[in-house]
Amino acid sequence: MSGQSTYQPQNAVLRWIERRLPIGGLIHSSFVAYPTPRNLNYWWTFGGILSIMLVVQLVTGIVLAMHYTPHVDHAFNSVEHIMRDVNYGWLLRYLHANGASMFFLAAYIHMLRGMYYGSYKEPREVLWILGVILLLLMIMTGFMGYVLPWGQMSFWAATVITNLFSAIPVVGEAVVSWLWGGYAVGNPTLNRFYSLHYLLPFVIVGVVVLHVWALHVVGQNNPTGVEPQSDKDTVAFTPYATIKDAFGLMVFMILLAWFVFYVPNYLGHPDNSIPANPAVTPTHIVPEWYYLPFYAILRAIPNKLGGVVALAASIVVLAFLPWLDTSRVRSGRYRPLFRQFFWVFVLVCIGLGWLGSKPAEGGYVIAARVLTAYYFIHFLIILPLLGVFETTKPVPSSISADVLKGKGTMAAILLALGLVTLLGTSSPTVAADADAPPMNKWSFAGPFGKFDRGQLQRGFKVYREVCESCHGIQLLSFRNLSEPGGPGFTPAQVAVVAASYKYKEPNDQGDMVERNGRPADRFPPPALRFPAGTPPDLSVIAKARGYERGFPGFLIDMFTQYQEHGVDYLVALLKGYENPPAGVQVPPGMMYNKYFPGHGISMPPPLSDGRVTYTDGTPATLDQHAKDVAAFLAWAAEPHLEARKRMGMQVMVFLIVLSGLLFFTKKKVWRAVSGHA
Amino acid sequence: MSSAEPTRRDFLYIATASVGAVGAAAAVVPLIAQMNPDASTIAAGAPIEVDLAPITEGQVIKVFWRGKPIFISHRSKKEIDEARAVNVASLPDPESDDKRVKAGHEQWQVLIGICTHLGCIPIAHQGDYNGYFCPCHGSQYDTSGRIRRGPAPNNLPVPPYEFVSNSKIRIG
Repeated sequence: MSGQSTYQPQNAVLRWIERRLPIGGLIHSSFVAYPTPRNLNYWWTFGGILSIMLVVQLVTGIVLAMHYTPHVDHAFNSVEHIMRDVNYGWLLRYLHANGASMFFLAAYIHMLRGMYYGSYKEPREVLWILGVILLLLMIMTGFMGYVLPWGQMSFWAATVITNLFSAIPVVGEAVVSWLWGGYAVGNPTLNRFYSLHYLLPFVIVGVVVLHVWALHVVGQNNPTGVEPQSDKDTVAFTPYATIKDAFGLMVFMILLAWFVFYVPNYLGHPDNSIPANPAVTPTHIVPEWYYLPFYAILRAIPNKLGGVVALAASIVVLAFLPWLDTSRVRSGRYRPLFRQFFWVFVLVCIGLGWLGSKPAEGGYVIAARVLTAYYFIHFLIILPLLGVFETTKPVPSSISADVLKGKGTMAAILLALGLVTLLGTSSPTVAADADAPPMNKWSFAGPFGKFDRGQLQRGFKVYREVCESCHGIQLLSFRNLSEPGGPGFTPAQVAVVAASYKYKEPNDQGDMVERNGRPADRFPPPALRFPAGTPPDLSVIAKARGYERGFPGFLIDMFTQYQEHGVDYLVALLKGYENPPAGVQVPPGMMYNKYFPGHGISMPPPLSDGRVTYTDGTPATLDQHAKDVAAFLAWAAEPHLEARKRMGMQVMVFLIVLSGLLFFTKKKVWRAVSGHA
Repeated sequence: MSSAEPTRRDFLYIATASVGAVGAAAAVVPLIAQMNPDASTIAAGAPIEVDLAPITEGQVIKVFWRGKPIFISHRSKKEIDEARAVNVASLPDPESDDKRVKAGHEQWQVLIGICTHLGCIPIAHQGDYNGYFCPCHGSQYDTSGRIRRGPAPNNLPVPPYEFVSNSKIRIG
């Protein structure tokens, strides 16, 4: 590693340090003077992108950890505290959650690049295996991170994944109990997952250092697969690769910003906005999109241990890729048959991902088994045979002799479409045991959306007069009602509202006394108590509900920024009471509702025409009540929506401007080396 | 490139670097700001009202505001006179008693009960001056909460407060 460095610092202080700890020389030889193949395309920017995403996750994670409480009674509320009260908390949380998705997206693209161009082949086997280890660490970290908000999906994901280990013969149950720290997933589990989720990213940093070291020892691969033979084949890393990486990074940041600011809940699941309930499993448990292909493989095998082994094998088989691929030709560019199988493999992975989001029934099961079989056949049969039987195209004699064609563009477009589809599989899949609600026009939808203050005030009136006796809204504080971006009550009005609620507190003598509410208080629990099953709290209900969007709706939503699934569902539900169709019966004590899953709802129809008097002249119809209270609940779930979209516009403009500047800077920098043979 | 004045190429580099620097600075803002008190902490620090009626003469009660202990002392005439009789110029932190109470309500003293030395809570009705005594390092305060002896540099601070009625104050 310590070769003769060409680095001679001019500055005397730097020379002093360099003689004692040659870190300047190390950085110089690794990231400034480092010879980089001159023909790298933009698929090679994803290593740099991954490094930056790791930093983003670390930094946002560390600041989030300052506000999060890893206890089962407080975790969910502490995340909501971050979203509502912490300065820029909503931004940090959305960056971290969507950053994780983007981290995996970049990782999969980075891996596919390696698979296409043969970057795992000799002498880069260890580099590749370190990458597989990094993938495993990422999967573990992401899983534990997802448990922390302690929503329904968090809890049940923890239960299902830890239960995988019970498949191990003899010691399985003991291992699971050891992981849990108890007889079931509980507080000990959450606490240790928090500790390990904080630890593993630093382990990832260490393995990344090894990964980059292994890379620098052998040098980068390049699209021809031909190793650099002379100085004419390479350019200095800085400024050439640096500026190209910077441009690629900025474009990637635009994608991240799109999700964070405009569709921050698109990749998540509504059920994770429901606090964890150990007594009720969600009807359709799914992991986040980046685990869906593995989830499909796990479910495809009808045997419990077999499924677990297949899941593990689907990742471990990657480590053997350098030896499974027998071809002497490195880059897929010169392997026409391999190229076709490669794209089939990509489609299979996307197909497995889509199947992972579907219920394990009927045709989906058969398809998952076929694709799982093909996945392993690709590695274990197709790749070894291809190397023997394929007729390859002639490989160029050197990098500089290679004439660069714009082949990559079509591949990029196809891959982008495929990955958009895979991202879209995260769209909610509420089963079709209820009708899809109609879409409404909301003033707060879209990139310039704003709440209608009058509507929010009317909605609040509906909540108080109709809903509040049974449904709490305990994550909302009275002072939120006068904060910017909300109903726009004055602080004086808020004080009056607050004082109308009573709180019991012990005084200095220890006696319980009643006091009036204050603006800083949260809304109290509902007045009525129910013996069996509490009506849900409404603080985040607009985010905790969704419906199946179907094809191509779920893809289009990513672009149209449709985030109002829950709100449209609430309106439809409130208006959806009707007589059951002929032959359909609901259980006794329940009412038929067109949009409630299963159609039998315990809540009697709460709204009717004129149920709440409006003082602003708006017609007091059932439809209007439903829309107003739904809009109010949309605000209650996302009080910083307007600030988010406003900042989003500023960030997007900035990123587009900077990307443009970087594009032209890159072109200018590279002009110095283009046209040379 | 060794031209004397910046070329078009240099302008592009300068522009890109400046926009990048602005972005980097803007990105740091939320990371620093998130450590500032959050909205619920600020809201919980709103002014509080304290009913003075139950406090008998000579009694000192302690309430909390913004996480800090507040002494509310119902001073006797003797304590008020002792506070007024002092030569203000001789005090380590000169301040006359009438600046530390509200006019017409001299019997009520409201102080932040944190020793100005290193932050312990002094004990009421103790010490040579019949005021407050801090057990940590021996600072002694008088019946007006002013430092008389010991390592503390300043008098016990008076928080912002006002009388909303004769028997009720709002602190904050």
